[in-house]
Amino acid sequence: MMRLLCTLLLLAITNSAHAHKPSDSYLTLKVEGEVVQGQWDIALRDLDFAIGLDGNGDGKITWGELRARHEAIAAYALPRLKIASEGQACPTRATENLVDNHSDGAYAVLRFVAECGKPLAAVALNYNLLFDVDPQHKGLLRLEYKGTTTTGIFSPDKAAQQFDLSEVTLLRQFLDYTREGVWHIWIGFDHILFLLALLLPAVLYRSKKHWEAVTSFRPALIDVLKIVTAFTLAHSITLSLATLGVLTLPTRLVESAIAASVVLSALNNIFPLFEGRRWIVAFTFGLIHGFGFASVLADLGLPQDALLLALVGFNLGVEGGQLAIVSVFLPLAYYLRGTRFYHRAVLFTGSLLIMLLASIWLVERVFDLKLLGF
Amino acid sequence: MQKLLKPLFHLPLYLFAFISAGLNAAPFIPQSDSVVLEQLPFKASDPTTRELRQLRAELSTNPRNLDKATRLAQRYYELALADGDPRFIGYAQAALTPWWDLADAPVPVLVLRATLRQYSHNFSSALTDLNLATRLEPGNGTAWSLLAAIHMVQADYATARQDCDKLRDLASSLIVVACHAAVDSLNGDADKAYIALQKAYASTPAAPANEKLWVLTRLAEISDRLGKAAEADAYFQAALKLKISDAYLLAVYAEFLHDENRHNEVIALLKDKERSDVLLMRLALAEKALKTPRAAEHEEVIKVRFDAARLRGDKLHIQDEARFYLYFLANHPLPNPPPKGEGTNESLRKFYLNESLRLAQENWKDQHEPSDARMLMEAALAAKDKVAAQPALDWYKQSRIEDRHLLRLAKALQELKP
Repeated sequence: MMRLLCTLLLLAITNSAHAHKPSDSYLTLKVEGEVVQGQWDIALRDLDFAIGLDGNGDGKITWGELRARHEAIAAYALPRLKIASEGQACPTRATENLVDNHSDGAYAVLRFVAECGKPLAAVALNYNLLFDVDPQHKGLLRLEYKGTTTTGIFSPDKAAQQFDLSEVTLLRQFLDYTREGVWHIWIGFDHILFLLALLLPAVLYRSKKHWEAVTSFRPALIDVLKIVTAFTLAHSITLSLATLGVLTLPTRLVESAIAASVVLSALNNIFPLFEGRRWIVAFTFGLIHGFGFASVLADLGLPQDALLLALVGFNLGVEGGQLAIVSVFLPLAYYLRGTRFYHRAVLFTGSLLIMLLASIWLVERVFDLKLLGF
Repeated sequence: MQKLLKPLFHLPLYLFAFISAGLNAAPFIPQSDSVVLEQLPFKASDPTTRELRQLRAELSTNPRNLDKATRLAQRYYELALADGDPRFIGYAQAALTPWWDLADAPVPVLVLRATLRQYSHNFSSALTDLNLATRLEPGNGTAWSLLAAIHMVQADYATARQDCDKLRDLASSLIVVACHAAVDSLNGDADKAYIALQKAYASTPAAPANEKLWVLTRLAEISDRLGKAAEADAYFQAALKLKISDAYLLAVYAEFLHDENRHNEVIALLKDKERSDVLLMRLALAEKALKTPRAAEHEEVIKVRFDAARLRGDKLHIQDEARFYLYFLANHPLPNPPPKGEGTNESLRKFYLNESLRLAQENWKDQHEPSDARMLMEAALAAKDKVAAQPALDWYKQSRIEDRHLLRLAKALQELKP
């Protein structure tokens, strides 16, 4: 009867399933040349269940009780993680014992190294912690290699897993950053609008205080090339300087200056200030935009051992994205250059709208400055 | 385009999950040996610990002892029910290791395996086990009651009734009445079920406390759905007076109090229950409603626990995760007290609303209980997406369930402009 009742309670229980966090361990492995640096966070509750930690049996685990079991913990845990490379086992050795608090309680933090004897091209992992006493236990892996992080989950069905490190090679990393660069220019409206505002008059020339359509494609192309090259050169310089830590500027200042540059470049189309020297504008403000790119790149996280690679990849991505925009813009603008539509709607109204939008950005960004008390 | 970009929007979320799951937290060395790091559920001298240790020791010398193995698994399962710690489910499974992967395991293992599987919301394989178990042993009351429970969750009321009928000679009359009443109350006969259950309860004053707890919880839920708030409150109070620790009772009572705007009482009820995700969520909702200082701290803890669950690949929190996205992350005004505009980034808010709705829909795929329907309707209403709520609305109509909360939500959804 007792048993029947317990299952009848199920009628009510289904919703409160998993009221606590189940058992997980957090395993971080950093592959550095021939060695793997490991950190393994294992819940004290799990260790207590497996090998016993509560020395005096009072239901509380103190640091003293845990400290007394450090050797036992390493002896229990480390053989249950097999690290191998090319069929060769990498012996592990505990180096440090700490404690950490996760959302569901205290964890023993076991730091260790595995020495493989030669640089790793792939790593084979076999995880068998606690599966015998708690088949619902999972090992959450974070594998770091050259600044790239791969994650994995170990469960009884997936105790052995192979990670190909050549996959996270330089090329993949490079492509990752290139993609980020392209993405950033696509979503970075301020950069696009700055460039477009400068490019809009490229299919025109100034004559007697009026815009006239160019008669051939060549001068338009040269103008565009001059502007794009100047912009690229300038932002590459500051992007590199900022990323390498040579020169940095406060983000708010940079963001506000970028907004101001958009206002100015659009204003120039309505009240020409720089005439044929727009490439100089592109260069000068390109320097500021470079700082903007740099903060995005920094947010992405920079691999210290592949800094240059990330920098070049990201920059090439930005240029690629930029080129794509220009290659759509130029033929279209050239085709429309003689129309009233281009002069009125695109150049005049378009510039006006860009100016308006950028002015709002400017106010917003400067306003933030004041709020932050810079 | 939106679809294409979606994974990109998720990316920072996952990255954040990793960071906040504590992987990057700073490990430390405690100040002194006497610092208490962890509180275990039991002391070494606790009779439960002793009993379990004894059973485990016996089992380790002969792991294929069916009787000992099922007894140990059963004990661990009961512990899991008492406070909802899933580690006990794992320990129970470990006791059944020699038979765990056998399709034709012995009947006691089949029933226990189904029990553990349904706990993990793995309903279809639980049903497979139970169908085999009842075919091999038609007199297995546990199997029938579990079948009834699962069929109810799946809104298959006709089959659930048949399961209840099978219990007639296998369980006490109170349990049989309760089984039918549970089905009827979801299926258009709430008043009849309510009266029958009240009568059966009154006529068995000597029923065991666990049975009483179960019946009182049902009576409280049914009377709440029927809009008899005072009666519901009295049943909840009577159930609490039995002093049996039961996470489900606390959770549903907290929800009731929340609906009644009695947030202070929720806080008093749950203030020591922070370890349980389900109860912490209810506590944090009450704190949020009252704007108490601890609200933000608890919100953060819940977030970190969900992130950890996502890393693990768990999908068991889905209903509550939908709730969290809706009322915390999207900062959707709580139904009670009435909304007061609070500034949140609009596009992010929208993202969270959609995420909440997606989770509620996913939850609905597996579970069709009133609380699942309510969550889906609330999420759809917040996202102003009537179509998304349609499966729950259909169920609401077809099941003929009488539920004042669902009635209110269904009306509000009908009034949504398409």
